[in-house]
Order: sequence, then structure tokens, then C-alpha cells
Amino acid sequence: MIALALLIYWIVDNTVENLRRANIASGFGFLNGRAGFDPGQKLIQFTSDSTYGRALLVGFTNTMLVAVTGIFTATILGFIVGIGRMSNNWLISRLSLAYVELFRNIPPLLVIFFWYSGVLAVLPQARDAISLPFTMYLSNRGLAFPSPVFGDWAFLTFVAFIIAIVASVVLARWSSKRQMATGQTFPVLRSIAALVIGLPLLVFLATGAPLSFDYPVAGKFNLTGGSVVGPEFMSLFLALSFYTAAFIAEIVRAGIRGVSKGQTEAAHALGIRPSLTTRLVVVPQAMRIIIPPLTSQYLNLTKNSSLAIAVGYADLVALGGTILNQTGQSIEIVTIWIIVYLSLSLLTSVFMNWFNAKMALVER
Amino acid sequence: MSLSQINFVRQEMLPQQPAPLSARGAVNWIRANLIATPKDAVMTFVALILLAWLVPPALDWLFIKAAWFGTDRSVCATVAQGGIQPDGWSGACWAFVGSKFEQFLFGRYPLEERWRPILVGILFVLLLIPMLMPKLPHKGINAILLFGILPVVSFILLPGGMLGLPFVETALWGGLMVTLILSFVGIAVSLPFGIVLALGRRSKMPVIRMLCTMFIEIVRGIPLITVLFMASVMLPLFLPQGMTFDRFLRALIGVSLFASAYMAEVVRGGLQAIPKGQYEGADSLGLSFWQKMNLIVLPQALKLVIPGIVNTFIGLFKDTSLVSIIGMFDLLGIVRLNFSDANWASAVTPMTGLVFAGFVFWIFCFGMSRYSGFMERMLDKGHKR
Repeated sequence: MIALALLIYWIVDNTVENLRRANIASGFGFLNGRAGFDPGQKLIQFTSDSTYGRALLVGFTNTMLVAVTGIFTATILGFIVGIGRMSNNWLISRLSLAYVELFRNIPPLLVIFFWYSGVLAVLPQARDAISLPFTMYLSNRGLAFPSPVFGDWAFLTFVAFIIAIVASVVLARWSSKRQMATGQTFPVLRSIAALVIGLPLLVFLATGAPLSFDYPVAGKFNLTGGSVVGPEFMSLFLALSFYTAAFIAEIVRAGIRGVSKGQTEAAHALGIRPSLTTRLVVVPQAMRIIIPPLTSQYLNLTKNSSLAIAVGYADLVALGGTILNQTGQSIEIVTIWIIVYLSLSLLTSVFMNWFNAKMALVER
Repeated sequence: MSLSQINFVRQEMLPQQPAPLSARGAVNWIRANLIATPKDAVMTFVALILLAWLVPPALDWLFIKAAWFGTDRSVCATVAQGGIQPDGWSGACWAFVGSKFEQFLFGRYPLEERWRPILVGILFVLLLIPMLMPKLPHKGINAILLFGILPVVSFILLPGGMLGLPFVETALWGGLMVTLILSFVGIAVSLPFGIVLALGRRSKMPVIRMLCTMFIEIVRGIPLITVLFMASVMLPLFLPQGMTFDRFLRALIGVSLFASAYMAEVVRGGLQAIPKGQYEGADSLGLSFWQKMNLIVLPQALKLVIPGIVNTFIGLFKDTSLVSIIGMFDLLGIVRLNFSDANWASAVTPMTGLVFAGFVFWIFCFGMSRYSGFMERMLDKGHKR
């Protein structure tokens, strides 16, 4: 105990001494300093006159952007591959197995470089970019796509969309209550689909379709107009999705395997149709097994997004590293990193605890 | 007249008949596994299209069109890029991997001293193989040699500077050698360290429990790259002026600490799975805490979590590639460093180098996971009912 206290005292003493010698003022005052660099991709307003604090905020939003899009794609891909692994079709199950074994055993950093310097960097230059459908262009500057330009009344469409979602929730509640009381069913899924797609579409047309697109145009040296997703983001996004999907596939497989066969057989014996059996009996029970490891994979993906620094995508760690080099405030920057990532993981574990408590098997 | 002569009664078994044609052979296999239902047939068709779209071009690129021999970039570049290949050519540049192979293994380790890492590598393989084969005896001596003597020998041989060996600074180390050293040390340190941390987290002393929990949760909550940054930027701040650590050593510390936290959680899972009766039984026999742990609890707990431990090892092995970000040249780092070699730079060099590095990583990780499956099946036998 005393040795530990002495060690901590020794470390703190050395640190203070070193900081004094290097003339670095500790504290978070530096966050108000002028950053003077351009982080490249940014979701929020940022000029080179903005502060270091704002630069870190840009980094955080970029981290979240790649994490959220990556999680979305990885989940879809992972579920497809995971269900493919269970398929009776020999070819499909072997293909899925090959996918899982390939990507699980390769470092994610290598996959990022594979996309970045192996695939995207050797694409043609902007002036002879590959054209894709919907006037999208792929070149070594990234993917250029038409960016939507919203008219005056466009917000009404979004309002209609939100109203449709609220109405769907109410409808679903009402129908399940009615089914409980009277046993009559109501085509909930179809009505919700009609509501969520139809209402915004009606409003959109009624307000005179207030949406146009800014199309990218292939110029002599560069593409002008439209929006561009840089190769840094694309390689990071693709690599994280492909890598994490392999792990999600295994989780999904384990989850579906974990539901005992007796459950399916009992449901069939009760005369429940196979599609309903899957939806009402197998999936809810499999989800109980799947969700906890799935959330930890999401967290892993978020943490792996810090590999962005290797390809120069401006995420929290990359921008923090730049600031660290400029100001030398290493302790403060590392503290910020720890706080941000730690609170993300704490939030996740809070969610997991809540979920486990809600879904835990109630045994009587 | 005996009974058998009145009625015909078969005296011997009929020879077994082969299954009807429709239930055996390739045709049936295809019907059952590929086109059982219309949906299946569609999926098979889609999968075949996918394979046809992916596999022939990949094989073509990797083997048929590949440039296997050559001494500089001209074999891997098209005429327009200043090479000898026809325009529009694209294929793997194995000549690049061939000519850089030794560098990929040893980095910039001096040529005349390379027998040292080779010797260490041979010793390592010689000690590891009998360690991995469960049937061979003398595991204790083997383990002491592998985890006790070999590190000391390597510590003398690899950096040198004593016993008349010239000193080779760690900045010159690189390639697969660095990847393997980092993972071996990480594995060898993280297991005991993780066990101690896991025991600490379950300890009854609140201060120790809190410290261990904090360490584990913080390290597990942040990405490895920040831990490496911490090790390379903050560690020097914590030490008195003039006292410095080698950069390689700093990365080693970072990787080991990171892996220890994950290992601790895996081991804790095993400790929690041991029934309370085992602890109480050991206590009632009058065993001390360490006797109880070493003789009763840990052997059972570790056996339970072998898959988790190996997964952590695989993760650690993959994570060592991150040291290339803080400026060290492990396998991935040295491969990337060579992309910019003017003698070899071409459009296909990066892809070829990355495919090669990926293959090496894949072999190691896949081997580890297969071995863990084998161990699991072997140790499982005692519990099967």
C-alpha cells in the first residue's frame, strides 16, 4: 500500500517537474486557442480560425459518423452472413463460412489499408472517374454523389414523416390491445408501411416536390458540384463494416442456435405458421442471446474507428494527436480521449444492464 | 424330415443393397444441398454468379497475370508507367515480395547479425512444438525453457551489446520478428498479469478491488491506439529527467497492459463459474489463499476459459499491427514502408504487399483458433456424460 502511494507520488512529482521544464501550462485553457489547421471532412462549421475545442468536437462528430454508418452496415451484412451460415444450401453456408474465417483472422488495420492504398488509391483520376448509376462518380478523390437541395416547404415532409411514425406507434398499441381483448387481428405491418411511406409522399407532392439535386459534373481536373465522400472515410467505413460483420455473423449464428429446437416444434404443434414461428417464437428468444454481445461489438467498432489516424481521417484520436503535437498538452488530450471513450462504453453498459433486466428469462 | 426342409427359411442375412440411385451419389447430393427448394435454387444461382464474378479475376490477378520474377519495378509496371507490361495489365507483383522477403522478416536488422533472430526463431519453434503436443512428457521443464530461459537468451542475443556481440538498436528491428516478439511478450505477460488483476477484482480488500476494477474498466473502455499514445507520449513525462525508455519497450508495455485488462475479464469469467463449494472445500482443508488458487481454483477456471484466452491472444496478435501507427516497423509497417521504395513503387505493389501481409496474419490467427478448438475438445473429454 505504502509502496503504491510512494510510486504515485514519485510519478506525479516527476510529471510536474517535467512539465515545468518543458514550459507547458497544464489545464484545459489551451482549448480556446486558435487551431489553424483544416481537418478535412467536417460535419459542423469549422474554419482555421476556430478553436482547439471546436476541432475536438469536429473529431468527435466524425468518430460518431463513421461509427453509426459502420454499425448500420455491419449489422445488415453480419445478419445476412450469420443466417447464411445456418442455411441448408451447401454453397451459401460455405461462402458465409469463408467470409467469416477470412475477415476474423486479419487485423482491421490491414483491411483499412487494403481499401485505402490497395483499392481506392489506384482508382482513376477525377477527370476520368468511373461513372455509376444516379450520376455518381468514383475516383481516387472519393465518391461524388448528387447532394439534395431542399426547397422552402421541404420541412413539411419531415414533419409528415414524424407524424406518420407517431401514428404508427399508436396504431400498433391499439391493435395489440384489441387483439388481446377480442382476438381480432389487424394488418398492422401493411398499414404502418402505407402510413410511413404514403403520408410523407402525399405531403411532398402536395407542396410541389420541393427537392432538387446538385449533380456532380466531371470537369477537366476535378469534379464540381455534388457532395464528395473522401477515400479516407470510405476505406475506414468499408473496413470496419466488413471486419465487424464477421463477428456479428458468429453472434447471430450462436443466438439462433441457442434457441432450442423444441421451441420451434412446439410452435408448429400449436399450428403456428413457419413465418410467424420465426417472428414470434425464435427471433425474440434469439435476440435475448444476441443483443449483449452485439452491443459489445458495436463498442468495439467505435473503438476501432480510432484507426482512422492511419489513413488520416479526422476523427477524435487523429485530431487529438495533431493538437497534441502542436501544443504538447499530452495529459489533457489523453484525458479527453479517455473521458469520451469511457463514457461511450459506460453508456453502452448502462443500456446493456437495462436490456438484460428487461429481457431476462422470468422463471416461475 | 426336418423342419427346415418343409418350409423355406432363410439361413443367412441378405447382402446389404446399395441405396436407390435417387438417394445417393452426386446427383442426390446436389439435389439435397443446392436445389432442394425453388428458393434454394435461386440462392445457389446467385452464389454461383457471385463466385464467377469474384474467383476467376482474383485467381487471374494473383497467379496467372502475376509477375513472379524480376529485380525492379519494371516487371510490375505497364509500358505507360515505364515498365514492360502491356497497357491495361494488372496482376500481383510477387517479385516485390520475393526481393523484400528478408526485410519483411527482420526489418533493417544488420545482414551479418541476422543469424541471431534466426537462432532465436529456431529455438522458439523447437520449444513451442513439444509444448503444443499434449502427448509429449516433461511439460514443466519445457515451460520453464520456453517462458523462463528463452526470453533471457533472446534478451542477450537480439539487442546484443554484451558477450562480444555488437549492439543492434531496436529502431533497426522490424518485420515479422517484431510482430512475433510483441505478441509473445504480450501473451507471456498478460496471462499472469491478467490472473492477478482478476483475483484483485474479486478481492475482499476494497482499495485493491477498486484499483483493479478501475484499471480494467479504463483500459477496456479506450482504444489500443490511445494506450499506445499514452505509452509513447506520457510515459516519458512520468519519469525523471534523463531516464528514458526504449521506444520498443514502451510499445511492449502498452500492448501488455492492454492485453492484461482483457485477459483479466476472461479469467474472471472462469473464476465466477467455479462453484462456491470448491472454494469452501479448499478452505476447510486448511489451504492458504495461494494454495487454494494454485491447486484448486485456477486449474479448473483456466481450463473453462481456454477459448476466451485464445481469442484474447488472437486479438493481441492482430492488435500488434497498430504499433506501425506510432512509427514502428512491424510486419504491416515494414510492408507499407516499402510501398514508397522508388525501386519498386507501382500501381500493384501496395495491393500485393497487403495481400502478402494479410496472408501471414491469417495463417497465424487461423492456426491459433484451430489449435484452441483442438485443445477444447481434448480437455472436454473428462466432463462428457
